[in-house]
This record gives sequence, C-alpha cells and structure tokens, in this order.
Amino acid sequence: MFELLGIPPQALFGQLLIGLINGSFYALLSLGLAIIFGLLNIINFTHGAQYMMGAFCAWFLLTKLGVGYWWALIAAPIAIGIVGIAIERTMLRWLYKVDHLYGLLLTFGLALIIQGLFQNEFGSSGQPYQMPASLTGGYNLGFMFLPVYRAWVIAASLVLCFATWFVIERTKLGSYLRAATENPALVQAFGINVPRMIMLTYGFGVGLAALAGVMAAPIYQVSPLMGADLIIVVFAVVVIGGMGSIMGSIVTGFGLGVIEGLTKVFYPEASNTVIFVIMAIVLMIKPAGLFGRAS
Amino acid sequence: MHWTYDTWALAHGTGGAIVKQGGDTWFFLTADYAFGHALERDTSDVVQAAGGKVVGAVNVPLNTSDFSSFLLQAQSSKAKIIGLANAGGDTINSIKQAAEFGIVQGGQKLAGLLVFISDVHSLGLQTAQGLTITTAFYWDLNDKTRAWSQRFAKRNNGRYPTMVQAGVYSATFHYLEAVKQVGSAADGLKVVGAIKAAKIDDPLFGPTEVRVDGRAVHEMYLVEVKKPDESKAPYDYYKILAKIKPEDAFRPLAEEKGICPLVN
Repeated sequence: MFELLGIPPQALFGQLLIGLINGSFYALLSLGLAIIFGLLNIINFTHGAQYMMGAFCAWFLLTKLGVGYWWALIAAPIAIGIVGIAIERTMLRWLYKVDHLYGLLLTFGLALIIQGLFQNEFGSSGQPYQMPASLTGGYNLGFMFLPVYRAWVIAASLVLCFATWFVIERTKLGSYLRAATENPALVQAFGINVPRMIMLTYGFGVGLAALAGVMAAPIYQVSPLMGADLIIVVFAVVVIGGMGSIMGSIVTGFGLGVIEGLTKVFYPEASNTVIFVIMAIVLMIKPAGLFGRAS
Repeated sequence: MHWTYDTWALAHGTGGAIVKQGGDTWFFLTADYAFGHALERDTSDVVQAAGGKVVGAVNVPLNTSDFSSFLLQAQSSKAKIIGLANAGGDTINSIKQAAEFGIVQGGQKLAGLLVFISDVHSLGLQTAQGLTITTAFYWDLNDKTRAWSQRFAKRNNGRYPTMVQAGVYSATFHYLEAVKQVGSAADGLKVVGAIKAAKIDDPLFGPTEVRVDGRAVHEMYLVEVKKPDESKAPYDYYKILAKIKPEDAFRPLAEEKGICPLVN
C-alpha cells in the first residue's frame, strides 16, 4: 500500500476528517464574529466569553434544572443572546461612531470581567457535562472510529453556517441588514428601525457563540477560560477570511481546521502556531484577507 | 524549597504501579514544555527499568483543546498504555476525548500522570473511573485532613482542596513555624535553616521533613478513581490503593549527588 510522507493513507483520511470537525467549530465561532464585525463594525472580544457562557448555561440547565442537551441547544443561545442584547443596549451602542479600538477595548474588558467572575464562582478546572445518551458511541469507518457526536457537530455546523450565509446574502432581510451597514441614515429613511435591527444582529451573533459553547460542552473542558484559549485562533480565522466576510469565515474556518489537523500529524509541535503563520502570509499578500474587499 | 509533588514522584508512583499491572508498552502524549518533557523522561525511565517499552510519543502544544488527532496517533501505535504527560485543562480534554473516541473500550488504558481532584470533578466519575493516580493529599485520609478540607470547602463554594492547595497551606504553615522559632523573618537563610531542621507532624501531610536539597518529603498515595456507584457524596472520588513511604516516594538524595549543588 502506498504511503504519503510515511503516513498510511487510512490514517491520513482520519486526520482530514478530524480537521474538518475542528474546522466546524472554528467556522461557527468565526461566523458570529464576522457577522458582528461586518454589520456592526464591532470587534467582539467577548465572543470567547459568550461561547463559555453558552457551555456553562448548558451545564446549569442540566445539573440544576434537569434540562437536557437538546433543549439547551435552543435555550442557551436565547439566554446568552439576551445577555448580549443587554450589553449592546447599555454599552456597545454608544461606541458605533467612534474608532473600532474603543469597541475592542470595551469587549475585551468585559471578557476579562466575565471570565474572572466565573473563575471565582466555579474554579478553573470546570464542570462535568455528560454527552446525551443518543449521541454516544460511534461508527467504524474502516480507516477510523468516528464518534457519533463528531458527526453530529459537523452536520449541524454546516447547516447553520450555510443557513446564516443564505439569510444574509440571499434574502430581503439580509439585504436590509447589509444596506443598513453601508448607509444607516438612508435605510432608516425608508422606515426601517435600524437600531433595533443592529441590536438583534448582535444578539444573533452572540447566540451563535453560545450555541457553539453548548456543542463543545460534551467534548471539551467546560471551564471559565475555554473561550479565551479559542478566541485568538478564531480571530486569526476571521482575519484570514477577510474581516466581515461571511462566506470567507466559513470557508476559512473549515480550511484551517484541515490544515491544523494535518500539521498535528506531520509536525505536531507547530500545530498551534501554523494558523498564525498562515495569517502573516495572507496579510502580506492580500491585506484584506482571502475573501475581503479592500476598502 | 519544593512542596507537594514533582515529576519523579508522579512517574514512580503511577508509572511503576501500571507496569506492575502488566501495562508494559507506552505511548506518550506530552505537553510541549519543560514540565511535560520532564514527566515523560522520568516515566520512560521507570517503565524501561521495569522491563517495559516506550513505543512512541507526540509533543502536543500547551493548551490544545482538541486531542482527537493525537489520540488517533496513540491508538494506531497499539501501545497498551497511553501516558498523559500533561496537566490541568490538557489532561481533562485528553481524557474526555479518549472516552469519546472509544480508546478505553478498544483495550488501551490511560495513565494520567498528573491529575488533580478538581480535574476528576470536572471530568465526572463516569469518564474518570478507574484511573490510577499518584497524589500527595486526599481530603478523606483522616480526621485532621477531613476537618481542614471541610473548612476549606465552606469558604470555596463547596469545592474540596487539591493537593496543591493543601501543599501551599502546609508550606506556609512550616514557614510561619520557623519564623516563630527564629523570632524574625528578616534573615531568610536562618528561616530556611530552621525549616530544614524541624521535624513537623504536618496536619495535612503527616510527618514531613524538608531535606537538605529543599525537597519536602512525606507519604504519597496511589489511588484509583471510584466508579459512580461507589461514590457516596460529591468529592468522594478516590480509593486508596497504597501508601508510598517517604523514602520511596521521592528521588533519593544519593541520585542527586553532582546534580544538585546542595547535596554533597
């Protein structure tokens, strides 16, 4: 049987698939960031904390209220989305007219505060979250063992990403949204409530982060800093895809998941830096990102 | 001075016990920094000295959240034991995902080389059951440890102390005792001398002595994580398999000659 750089092809297929699964988390998270940046011009550094809050919300629902995973998938994004809306109403909306940096500073500070509060309350090792019984086990694909849960994550993420892309790029609602970011005054003149639309958009982006958090809870450590570790990579994904480009963040999310997965086989030591190396190269060649439009 | 545990103690406690149970081929998932490498080195030494074999290792960057790729590499190595030379969140994520990928059902066993009770809590007994762990402290050892741990839990939202938290308490306790004896904290060398000279019956670690090299030595414990139905209350997590005597738990001074400048 042929081998590629010393790796049997079966192992390679396994690693490609795993890369796609990780990519689906990147895609989900960077999608929310891209929407918030593209439509609100806010660099949402609380995204990681909101992802973490989604996971903790699922834990809380399960251990305190006995509400299972499937309901948490709906309830947590709504609950955390409402928290996001409260943040938008009380703090973020004052910053739309000033430089991006202020939004970045505010959301970064909020993330630190939220993480600190959770750490104080729950400790840094985190909380247990059992996988729902219907999603345990796995399929033997011959070249690897694919856990049912991972298959579910990849499918759910693909559906969500493309549904979101479709709504924003191909529907009337989406065209209002895009128009409102280009020229809010004009859109408002047509009788559309732009501030409310922006508020709901932020809530939706935050809800996506929380949803990713619920999906992560059964397989990753549910701890206050789980989002802080991930958010930097996700920002790199958004920058490579092109800030604000919806399709860019989806394609880059999956693509970088695969590249990172392969690095874990060929040169594992570099697997957490490879994304930043790619970011540097992309920024040198295409400063607006792979799918971004130069302004 | 060095309290609580070191990589030598962890490697000899857990590594030694597992090789004795027949786990003689190892593959390491190693956190790619000094601690992980030291833990892999010390455990490999123990495994090889006991007649076992290390079939491979992969260096995993610190704070990796997804271990599936590394777990597949460990799986295809066919080693009986997957040694986790990592800590904290990395350990939690690797054990959680090993369960998901059917590593344990597939016949391979995990050896968590540094696992804290807070990690076991975060994993849940369903996932963590059966792990063999070396620990310097467990709250449910005797009346003194129970009393102190319950005081700790009351002030910490019901969380029980890890061996590190107990170790910090103990180190502070020894320091304050020494300062009291010397009469002032101004001369650091005198205080250190007093700590090393004292033989203290530590409320948490039992008889404890600080050696000339600065290593605090006391008993260590080899424990197994309970099955969910064996645990009667939160944090009732460990079965004590063996007490490791102080002289066996830590690296002997004789081995440090020429390496540690404090040992002649």
